[in-house]
Amino acid sequence: MNALIEAEGVCKSFGGLQALTDCSLSVPRGSIAGLIGPNGSGKTTLFNVMTGYERCGAGEIRFDGESITGATPERVFGLGVGRTFQITRLFFRLTVLENILVATQRHEGWVRSVARRAGSSAERGRALEMLEFVGLAQLAGSPAGNLSYGQRKLLELASLLVADPAVLLLDEPTAGVNPGLIEQLTERIRDLNRAGKTFLVVEHNMEFVMGLCHEVTVLHQGRTLVKGTPDEVRANPAVLDAYLGGGDDDDF
Amino acid sequence: MNASSLAKAVIDGILTGGVYALMAAGLTLIFGVMDIINIAQGALIVLGAYMSYVLSVHLGIDLFVGLVITIPAFFVLGVFIEWAFMRRLRDQERTAMSILVTYAVAIIIEGALSVIFGVDYLQLQAPYVNDTFHLLGFYLPYIYVFGFLLAVGLMGVLYYILYRTHFGRGVRGSLQNRSAAELIGVNVNRVRALSVGIGVSVTAAGGMVFGATNSFNPSSGYDLISRLLSIVILAGLGSIGGALIAAIFMVTLEDVVAVVWSPVWATLVYYASLVVVLSFMPNGLFGKAAVRAQ
Amino acid sequence: MTARLPARALKVAVSIAILAVFPILFSNPTTTSIAVFTLIFMVAASAWNMFSGYSGYIALGHAVYFGVGAYALTLLANHLGFAAGWGVFALVPVAGIVAGLVAIPTGLIALRARRHTFVVITIAFMFIFQLAASNFAFTGGSSGLQPPTPLWSAVSYNDHFYYAAAIVLVATVALSWLVRRSRFGLQLFAIRDDEERARGLGVRVARVKLTAFVLSAIPVGMAGAIYAYFLGQIFPQFAFDPLFDLSIALMAFIGGLGTVWGPLLGALVLESLQQYFTVESGASQVYLIIYGGLFLAVILLLPRGIIPSVQDLVARWRTRGSAQDRAAEDAEAGATTDVVKAAGAR
Repeated sequence: MNALIEAEGVCKSFGGLQALTDCSLSVPRGSIAGLIGPNGSGKTTLFNVMTGYERCGAGEIRFDGESITGATPERVFGLGVGRTFQITRLFFRLTVLENILVATQRHEGWVRSVARRAGSSAERGRALEMLEFVGLAQLAGSPAGNLSYGQRKLLELASLLVADPAVLLLDEPTAGVNPGLIEQLTERIRDLNRAGKTFLVVEHNMEFVMGLCHEVTVLHQGRTLVKGTPDEVRANPAVLDAYLGGGDDDDF
Repeated sequence: MNASSLAKAVIDGILTGGVYALMAAGLTLIFGVMDIINIAQGALIVLGAYMSYVLSVHLGIDLFVGLVITIPAFFVLGVFIEWAFMRRLRDQERTAMSILVTYAVAIIIEGALSVIFGVDYLQLQAPYVNDTFHLLGFYLPYIYVFGFLLAVGLMGVLYYILYRTHFGRGVRGSLQNRSAAELIGVNVNRVRALSVGIGVSVTAAGGMVFGATNSFNPSSGYDLISRLLSIVILAGLGSIGGALIAAIFMVTLEDVVAVVWSPVWATLVYYASLVVVLSFMPNGLFGKAAVRAQ
Repeated sequence: MTARLPARALKVAVSIAILAVFPILFSNPTTTSIAVFTLIFMVAASAWNMFSGYSGYIALGHAVYFGVGAYALTLLANHLGFAAGWGVFALVPVAGIVAGLVAIPTGLIALRARRHTFVVITIAFMFIFQLAASNFAFTGGSSGLQPPTPLWSAVSYNDHFYYAAAIVLVATVALSWLVRRSRFGLQLFAIRDDEERARGLGVRVARVKLTAFVLSAIPVGMAGAIYAYFLGQIFPQFAFDPLFDLSIALMAFIGGLGTVWGPLLGALVLESLQQYFTVESGASQVYLIIYGGLFLAVILLLPRGIIPSVQDLVARWRTRGSAQDRAAEDAEAGATTDVVKAAGAR
């Protein structure tokens, strides 16, 4: 098994609260992995640790075999790991096009970065392409704050894609989204996966997860409970216990 | 410099530090509950000094007795400031905007005081201001001791309010975690208004003591607020206990440096130590580690 | 975008033209004196806006760089034996560089903190520098220093400073405009909107912020240098003045934080006001009340400043007919799904 991104033995506490304990997760290259668990089980915290937004007390995060424990979010993104947020985050005062341009990676000297116009014509072209891919091209000049909820999610995703990351960590991509759009999202992810991208998806929508993911990890109270194919996980009684016992209602 | 003058510096520092602690507590309370840095705190202290001046010189009321009037008045003023200005700030850039807004309020106060009272320096007078009493070989001015006792007394009242009343529990909850406090039904608007009221009312007391122990004029607020800010930031915004400790420590340090080295460098050391501490502990000594907004 | 270019170029050309001929048309020394101060503040406000307006980190300690520029010019002119005259102006850029150098360590320390702590640290630095200037011998202590006094005729005295300041202003505005349209500027605006997310998209926020901070300190230092030379005398309290910080912030706010022309407009309005009060009413403290009141009014009523608010009004007036179109666009399910389906057919 060739893991592209993995967490091993991660521990994280906030003050007195132990959010993650000996948490391990491994995402094989080219797969779509799912991460589920009741509310408060630590899914977003694990994402934060993996992408450098939080430091873990113990444990290691590896990307393509190399340790990225403690790396800054900037560096993690530069290596090819992109993530979305539970509550869609955008640069609301920038235009849709500008939102995409922020993510275009360009390695250039300091002086040029100040002197040159934001986004060469090649970059703008690519950004517009990306916007067409998610169907937002006609809104390129609008402030991102004017977008509807679903459009914002698409823009957040498009911003990541323009940098061509190897791995995408999606935090509840279908939250609050209508079924028609969920369908399209699933297709988009499959397309990108076929093109070689790896995914790790946190979700509460069980249909979505079970239908899409090759492998599912279940988190409960900060620990990895079970890992396996969707069918295996679905059949595991411990998982049902975790949901009914500890957490919230879900579409189970 | 000898042991005796050093000891005196320490004692002076503690006594004065206690008063600063009270005012710093007010400032950090306002921040903790409202996410607002009240730059006007310095100007309000000066205003408090002028109020005490008016009561004492024009109405013949004793400085300490006058507090019975000024403290509640300032409480109301604080509530008004919260309602009129602070409430209107949008949540997004609240803190940055609050700095500018309260800075503007401070300037208005300074301007008004200059127009009404002129720019000459004043000092509050009372029989006990200049008299000292003899204790253990030191001459301690009555006013310093009274001021310190007043500060301690008021902080005791503050402690009582915060830890022994229902309202206080709401305030502490807001200090720890505002959204959680809101969720469990704490009346946020009331807590905010009253907290600012309390935070401002302490400036009345602090102003009186400050005015009795220093000569002041309308521009004295700058020096005051910069010290208070340093104390509060050093301690960590939102930590009342930390503010008390930091206040006494910083003021004492300044007094000691003034004696050991020179008064000229003493104030510089004040700010320099702030910068040094913050370089290593950006959240202050007792501040909570930054919790990312998600 | 290309259709607007001639209009914008025209606006710039006209402004520069006005700038160039102003002292010729209004040669009264009182007027030109006010103009010099206005230009100095325009430079400072514009530079401040380049950092604070673009990044959202409100700095209230740029007086440090103003004062450093002032003292740097004075010390260099005196110690290097510059003869009073045009030559001293050559030291203005040098003073700016010195201010920029000072901005590096101070910026490094201050930018480690969160936004509100950052503000306080900048204020603390201001007081540190003021105290240091008051107490060090080489800065003349509290009596301050005097740069050389040029022997120009009283009639055209101010004009020399006017043009020096004007040149610095044009350079500063050009820089501000360049940054705004650049990739660097985009990153700053991203930081302003959501710094943590910007990091997640690869923006090296620490580097970007520090660069902007230092870049903004340089023109402020130059402004301070011209100020010192113009005044002929600097004291710690004037060179490092808390009111200076508030003024430039207010100017940028009034005009429009984050815009290129906003700080200029704000400086024009505010500085004229202030000079009027200084000249007219002897009771110079009244202007404090008005200043503060104006500030409050602007922040609470026109939080985005004049220029953006006006732009908004204009935009809304223009699109008042197409409100129905916008509503149709908002019908999310239909439109988006169809287009995504079409895109998926690739």
